[in-house]
Amino acid sequence: MSKVNLENRTGVISGPVSQAGQCLLFLFRMLAGIRFSLTQIQTVMQQTYLIGARSLVIIMICGFFVGMVLSLQAINALEQFGASDQVSVLVGKSLFRELGPVLTALLFAGRAGTSITAEIGLMKATNQIEAMELMAIDPIHRIALPRFAAGLISVPLLTAMFNAMAILGSVVFSIGVMDLDSGIFWSKLQTSIYFQKDFIGGVWKSFVFGGTVSLIAVYFGYSARPTGAGVGTATTNTVVLSSVLILIFDFIMTSFLT
Amino acid sequence: MDESGNNSIKADDPIIRIRDLVFCRGRRTILDGVSMDIQRGSIVAFMGPSGAGKTTILRLISGQLRPDEGTIEINGQLISAMSDRELKLFRRDIGVLLQDGALFTDLTVFENIATPIREHTSLPEPLVRRVVMSKLSAVGLGGTEDRMPHELSGGMARRIAFARSVVLDPDIMLYDEPLTGLDPIAVSTIRRLMRETNNALGLTSVIVTHNVNQISNLVDYCYIIASSRIAGEGAPRDLIDSSDPGVSQFMNGRVEGPIPFHYEPPGAPWRLLD
Repeated sequence: MSKVNLENRTGVISGPVSQAGQCLLFLFRMLAGIRFSLTQIQTVMQQTYLIGARSLVIIMICGFFVGMVLSLQAINALEQFGASDQVSVLVGKSLFRELGPVLTALLFAGRAGTSITAEIGLMKATNQIEAMELMAIDPIHRIALPRFAAGLISVPLLTAMFNAMAILGSVVFSIGVMDLDSGIFWSKLQTSIYFQKDFIGGVWKSFVFGGTVSLIAVYFGYSARPTGAGVGTATTNTVVLSSVLILIFDFIMTSFLT
Repeated sequence: MDESGNNSIKADDPIIRIRDLVFCRGRRTILDGVSMDIQRGSIVAFMGPSGAGKTTILRLISGQLRPDEGTIEINGQLISAMSDRELKLFRRDIGVLLQDGALFTDLTVFENIATPIREHTSLPEPLVRRVVMSKLSAVGLGGTEDRMPHELSGGMARRIAFARSVVLDPDIMLYDEPLTGLDPIAVSTIRRLMRETNNALGLTSVIVTHNVNQISNLVDYCYIIASSRIAGEGAPRDLIDSSDPGVSQFMNGRVEGPIPFHYEPPGAPWRLLD
């Protein structure tokens, strides 16, 4: 009895731990397939376009509005101390360190992570993965690896776009709407944001988040049950788990980086 | 055109040799002591009711599954003892056509057929193009190379999948329900392609199907698989007239017979007594 049920058993501890272990093994199998061959680079570029460039619009729109609302709240709060010209410091610090990488990764999980999981899950349901194995092509190298690499490349780039648009949003609101002095806005931003501490710290985070989201997305797609319900569950799990892990990793990385 | 063309079957030269095959899934025995020899150049069918283990044999031959007992030899090589690397090499010599064709939905028709060539050879691009185009026109679909799979009809998709599976000129072709879900014209087209390719390339073909009528004049030899073992074998015409009640029930599609209507679960209550 126990032998039959062993593989389906999901205890409170053993379930997640074995999942995490399998996910890690999956990562190693993927990394073993790195060749830097022309076809591989081409597929990575194609995937970067499909999951990265196509996420650009939503990232830019969200970035713009986050920048505006951030300035609005900051000016409201800082005005009480007569320090509303410090708005660019607050917006810049919080964006580069936290909001940029975290929000971009969360949006990326919803926009691209789900589509990766659903696509791979459907490939499995329609026997495409099996057909590939039968052609002696490793689907983990051929399907999962390019998508993982594309996610790893895309998220830092998207974070940069998010930050740029958020600063633009802040400029539009603070200078355009609230009539703050543009010279003070830019000089405060320039002098108080440190390249190493603020900017590079955020870039590191976005790499980790990009890797996490894309690994979860390809792993759940690949291990999805090959049915409609199975693919649906896997897609939901991708969003839920990546969102939770992004926030956990964010805290861990922040406490170590600063 | 007569589909059952003559092909010279060399006696005593089995390309696939299966001995005492046993395969279990959990506590259910799927195959129990199956032995057979498949002759080089022949077209062989595995028939039987759904869930009888036909596809399982196909997966054992292609090395996707490993038998619990028994051996499978192909071209003198023992499949059941191959390492993953050897299995990979071996799979270049077999072509598989899966149930729905399983075309890669994110690639064009051209890229679908080119995938095995690019993966396993280092042919220059002009040659890849020439091979792909010749296979495309061999299945009668020249001019569709830039289309995406979702733009094709079911019959066309199956023919493209067929072209993809023979593009590396395999020794053995495995078909899993190749004619299911197609209109009568597409069925005849695929059937003719199967026979012509088999004769032209000197292939050995193994077909898994439950549809007796569609393949009876295509195949040379049939194995009927029911209740985990070979229930009958022979040329299709002989099987239809078989005196064995199970074989006769299946070949003529009758409800009454030794193959039961009621499903018998493996852990049925009376089993607990022994």
